[in-house]
Amino acid sequence: MPYRSDFPLLVANPALHYLDSAASAQKPKVVLDAIRDFYETSYANPHRGAYSLSSLATARYHSARQRIAEFLGAVDFEALIFTRGTTEALNLLATALSVSNIRSGDEIVVTALEHHSNFVTWQQAALATGARFRICEMTSDGRVDMDVLEGMLNTRTRVVAFGHVSNALGTVNPVSEIVRLVRERSDATIICDGAQGAPHIRVDFDKLGVDAYAFSGHKMGGPMGLGGLVARRKLLERIPPYQFGGDMIEFVEDQSSTWAPLPHKFEAGTPNAAGAVGLAAAVDYLDGIGMERVQAHEKALVALAQSRLEALDGVTTYGPPAAERSGVLSFNVDDVHAHDLATILDSTGVCIRSGHHCAQPLMRRLGVPATARASFYIYNDESDVDALVAGVKQASTLFAGTIAGN
Amino acid sequence: MADASLTALYQDIILDHYRRPRNKGTLEHATISVPMRNPFCGDEITLELEMNGDQISDVRFTGRGCSISQASTSMMTEMVKGKHVSEIGHIGERFRAMIMGDADAATDDALGKARALAGVARFPARVKCALLAWNALERGLAQSAEQNTAETRDTET
Repeated sequence: MPYRSDFPLLVANPALHYLDSAASAQKPKVVLDAIRDFYETSYANPHRGAYSLSSLATARYHSARQRIAEFLGAVDFEALIFTRGTTEALNLLATALSVSNIRSGDEIVVTALEHHSNFVTWQQAALATGARFRICEMTSDGRVDMDVLEGMLNTRTRVVAFGHVSNALGTVNPVSEIVRLVRERSDATIICDGAQGAPHIRVDFDKLGVDAYAFSGHKMGGPMGLGGLVARRKLLERIPPYQFGGDMIEFVEDQSSTWAPLPHKFEAGTPNAAGAVGLAAAVDYLDGIGMERVQAHEKALVALAQSRLEALDGVTTYGPPAAERSGVLSFNVDDVHAHDLATILDSTGVCIRSGHHCAQPLMRRLGVPATARASFYIYNDESDVDALVAGVKQASTLFAGTIAGN
Repeated sequence: MADASLTALYQDIILDHYRRPRNKGTLEHATISVPMRNPFCGDEITLELEMNGDQISDVRFTGRGCSISQASTSMMTEMVKGKHVSEIGHIGERFRAMIMGDADAATDDALGKARALAGVARFPARVKCALLAWNALERGLAQSAEQNTAETRDTET
């Protein structure tokens, strides 16, 4: 277990099999240390004080932004905006675009695979602006149906929003291909929900071709409450601020105000500098391992879990073949509701997610009320797969003969 | 199963109600129909009541969900069929107390077979499953009371 020992919570709980990293990842010690060090040596409100301690805090916040932008492949680090996470980043974009860009008669396209945060945001933006909300259906194995998408795009398409990786199925979407289709047929702003992408796949924002890419730090080993978006400068300069307050203004007149330059225009209020310092340490940690190795490690485990679960009677897995998926495996066991399965697995120390995974439109299309989801990260190993399979067998025996969902 | 709290949660009687839910289906003469969802896990039931004044003369449910939500609903329908609103209020209160960990409520005769669900108290994530049916019933009875009030008003005017 080469990496497990880097994570204090997992070290303290040797019998724990944490398979819910798609919800939130555990934290390596280097991240906790970096946050503590920031508070113990460099803490003051950034951007405020004329004293050197505040300048030190500002410098650390600034270099964290540079480091995270570099990790995401964005040269223009001032176009990295910190938010509380992906959800707030997507709300920022949807709200600002609703004010400045989206008009009645325009079309907003999302996919049936989206997490609610990249679905409801655009659904509501459409309702508020009078735009048409269009949902690109998926194939039976849970991939974006590219033919359907192609047919949906036209000159009225104003926004196309899609996930890099599906949180419920693990589907890795062909970002470049989607971008190519959209650019050929429209002038739409392309937004990618990277909550499940950035923690697992090397992101090269400047080459990806999307206009904005949202991410959550806590899913990649960073602290809770700090994520953001990287975007093209032109987009961020064109849209209005999302929140108003300190730090984001240039001049405030009695009846009007002007905005600070990027990134401050979108960061009203005291920033989460400690969170940014923590996330910078997390991306250092991931780069130390190498994202290619992170991805290969997860893929191997998810493929192993999939083949061992599918070998059991009554197990159904969802989503595309292992080659096209990230470290997420969604499944159901005949006669055992996902919620019961999660409770039984919990009693053996295995943490999985059960339910609709904040993707109810997707669940409707799969025709199930819930699935069980096991998700893997760098600290997992084969013993976690063993425990998962053993727990599924136990649940299957207990519930044999019942008819789930009758 | 080695885990004692797990054995307490999944007692035979609960699995039996999950396998063979009682009062499952729809009513021909329902006076109240309450759809209820557990947004946490997507479970859903629709509870139908046939009220005769303040008495539940018949009750049925449809829907799908986990063993706890389905067994709890099945047991609840058995307990309240034929009962008056005044009696049900007390039972519902005791049931909620039991699910929240009240040891006295867990031995209350008024709860009958539903005492088998006492083990849910050890599983905070499952409390909502056990209460889904009772929340639906509470809403249904409130709707019935509104109907009765409206009818009384109509008769008076």
